[in-house]
Amino acid sequence: MTLPLPNIQEPQPITTPSGQVELRAVTKRYGNGSPVLEDINLSIAESEFVSIIGPSGCGKSTLLKLVAGLTRLSSGSVRVAGVEPVRARKMMSFMFQDATLLPWRTVQRNVELSTELHGVKKAERAAIAGEMLSLVGLSQVAHQFPRQLSGGMKMRVSIARALSTRPKVLLMDEPFAALDELTRDRLNEELLRLRAEGRWTGLFVTHSVAEAVFLSDRIIVLAAQPGRVTYDLPIHFSFPRNAELRLRAEFEEAVIEVSKNLRGVMERRKEGKEP
Amino acid sequence: MKRRIIDIISAASVCAGLLVSWRLIIFIFQLPAYLLPSPISVTQAVIQRFPSLLVSLGITSMAAGGGWLASIVVGIIVAIVFAQSHWIRRMFYPYTLLLQTVPIVAIAPLILMWVGTGTFAVGVITFIICLPPVIANTTQGLISTDKNLVSLFLMHNSFGSGLLPELRYRLQLLWKLQLPSAMPALFVGIRISSGIAVIGAIVGELFAGSSRVGVGGLGYAITYANAQLQTDYLFALVFFASGLGFAFFFLASFLEWYFLHNWHESALSPEED
Ligand SMILES: Nc1ncnc2c1ncn2[C@@H]1O[C@H](COP(=O)(O)OP(=O)(O)OP(=O)(O)O)[C@@H](O)[C@H]1O
Ligand SMILES: [Mg+2]
Repeated sequence: MTLPLPNIQEPQPITTPSGQVELRAVTKRYGNGSPVLEDINLSIAESEFVSIIGPSGCGKSTLLKLVAGLTRLSSGSVRVAGVEPVRARKMMSFMFQDATLLPWRTVQRNVELSTELHGVKKAERAAIAGEMLSLVGLSQVAHQFPRQLSGGMKMRVSIARALSTRPKVLLMDEPFAALDELTRDRLNEELLRLRAEGRWTGLFVTHSVAEAVFLSDRIIVLAAQPGRVTYDLPIHFSFPRNAELRLRAEFEEAVIEVSKNLRGVMERRKEGKEP
Repeated sequence: MKRRIIDIISAASVCAGLLVSWRLIIFIFQLPAYLLPSPISVTQAVIQRFPSLLVSLGITSMAAGGGWLASIVVGIIVAIVFAQSHWIRRMFYPYTLLLQTVPIVAIAPLILMWVGTGTFAVGVITFIICLPPVIANTTQGLISTDKNLVSLFLMHNSFGSGLLPELRYRLQLLWKLQLPSAMPALFVGIRISSGIAVIGAIVGELFAGSSRVGVGGLGYAITYANAQLQTDYLFALVFFASGLGFAFFFLASFLEWYFLHNWHESALSPEED
C-alpha cells in the first residue's frame, strides 16, 4: 500500500517530460576534450522504436550510455520515465554489438543472469529464462554452452537475456552488426515480433539504413564533431511489418531518402573539417 | 591410436639414441667415471640408493609443493586486492616486479637467517619466486574482464547505493564475473610458477642444507654427492629433480585442462571440436 506522499525528492523539470526517454540540452565531453555530443534534445514516447544513425565516432554509443546511466553527462538532463537514468536502471536493458555471454555458463544460465542480478529467486528466474528461450526459439539448446552456438543464435540468447527482466526500455548498440545479412534480416523480423508482444521502448543504434527503416517509427540522424541531431525522420509503414515490406518500392524510396540525408551529414563534415 | 604408437616409438628411439651417444662419448674421449659416469652406473646408483633418493625426493616435493601452493593462495588474494583500483596497482605493482627481479641466490642466505634452515625455509624461498607470476597473470586476468559485461553487471546491479551495497556489488562482480574470466590467466600463472617451484626449492636446499645431518632434499644431496665426487649419484639426483619439475608442470597442465576444458577455447585441442 502506498501513501500519497508529497513529491519532494525529485526536482521536476519546468516543462514536464512527456516521453519515456527525454534528453534536454544534453552535452557530453570526455575529460576536458571537445564535446562529443552537443545540445541534444530528444523525446522518445512510450513503446516508440527509434533508430540512431550517423558517422562513426559521432557519439551514438555515448548517447546510449547516457540514457543507461553508465556515463555522466556534462550538462543538460536525461530522464527515463521521469527519473534519473541510474534510478531507472531496473526498467532498462542493454544489448551490445557482440552477444557478451559468459562462456562458462550454459545458455539457460546465461539468460538467467539478468534476473539473477535483479535478485529474482532461482525457481522463478529459471521459469522466466525457459519462457524467453522458447520466445526466441532456442529451447532445444538451453543446456549447451555459448561456444556451441552460431553467431545468430548467440545474439538470440543475448536478446532473451535482455528481455528476461521485462524492460520498459531496450537500448541496443549495433546488436546485429557482426552478423551476415540473412541472419540479420531474420533477427530484425523477430525483434519486431518481440516488440509487438513486449511493448517496450526501443533505442537502436545501427549503421544500416535498411535495418533502421525496417524497424523504426523514427530515425534520428546524428552529425559528428560535435554530435548533434540533424534529422528526425518519421517512418510511416504500418505495423505489423514483415519480410515482404523490404521488397516494396516505398521501402526502397524511404531507404534512399534516409541515405541521402546521411550522405549530406557526411559531406558537410568533410567540407567543414578537412584541413 | 596409430598416431599414439608412432609418438611413443619416436620418443623411445630418441631416448635410445641419446643413451647410445652418451656411452659413445665416454668411449671416444676415454672419460673417467667421476667426470661422466656411464648410463649403467647411474642406473646402478639409482637402484642401490633408492631409499635415500626417495627420502630426498619427498623432502623436496614437500618444500616445493608447499611453497607453490602458498604462492597460489597468496597470489590470488593479492591479485584480488590489486584489481580493486588502479591506485593500489600503481602503488604496489612495481614491488611485485622487484620481487621477480631480485636474485634469489643472493637473498636465500638472508631468508635462512630469518626463518632458520630446513624444509620451511626452503618452502619460503620457493614461495617467493613462485609468487610474481601468479600475481601478475591473475591481476591481468581480473582487470581485463570484458568491459561490456561489467556494464551489464552495473546496469542490473540491484544493491542500491551506500558502502555496504557497494561492497556486496564488488563481491558479486568478483565472484560471478571477474574470477571466472580470470581463470585462464590464473592457470597460466600457476603453470609458469610450477616450472620454477622445483628450481626454487633446489636452490634453497643448496643453502639451507638440512636440519638433520645426512638427510635432506635433492638440493642438499646434490651438494653432498658433489663434495664426495659421487658423480653417478649426482646424475641420478639431477634426473630425479628434472622428473619432479616435470611432474609439477604436468600437474599444473592437468589442473588447467580439468577446470577449463568445459568452456575455455584455448584448453580445447583442435580434434575435439
Ligand atoms: N571512454 C571514453 N573516453 C574518452 N573518449 C571516448 C570514450 N568513449 C568514446 N570516446 C570518444 O567519443 C567519441 C564518440 O564515441 P562513440 O563510441 O560514442 O561513437 P559512436 O558513434 O558509437 O562510433 P561507432 O559508430 O564507431 O561505434 C569518439 O571520438 C571517441 O573517441
Ligand atoms: Mg559505437
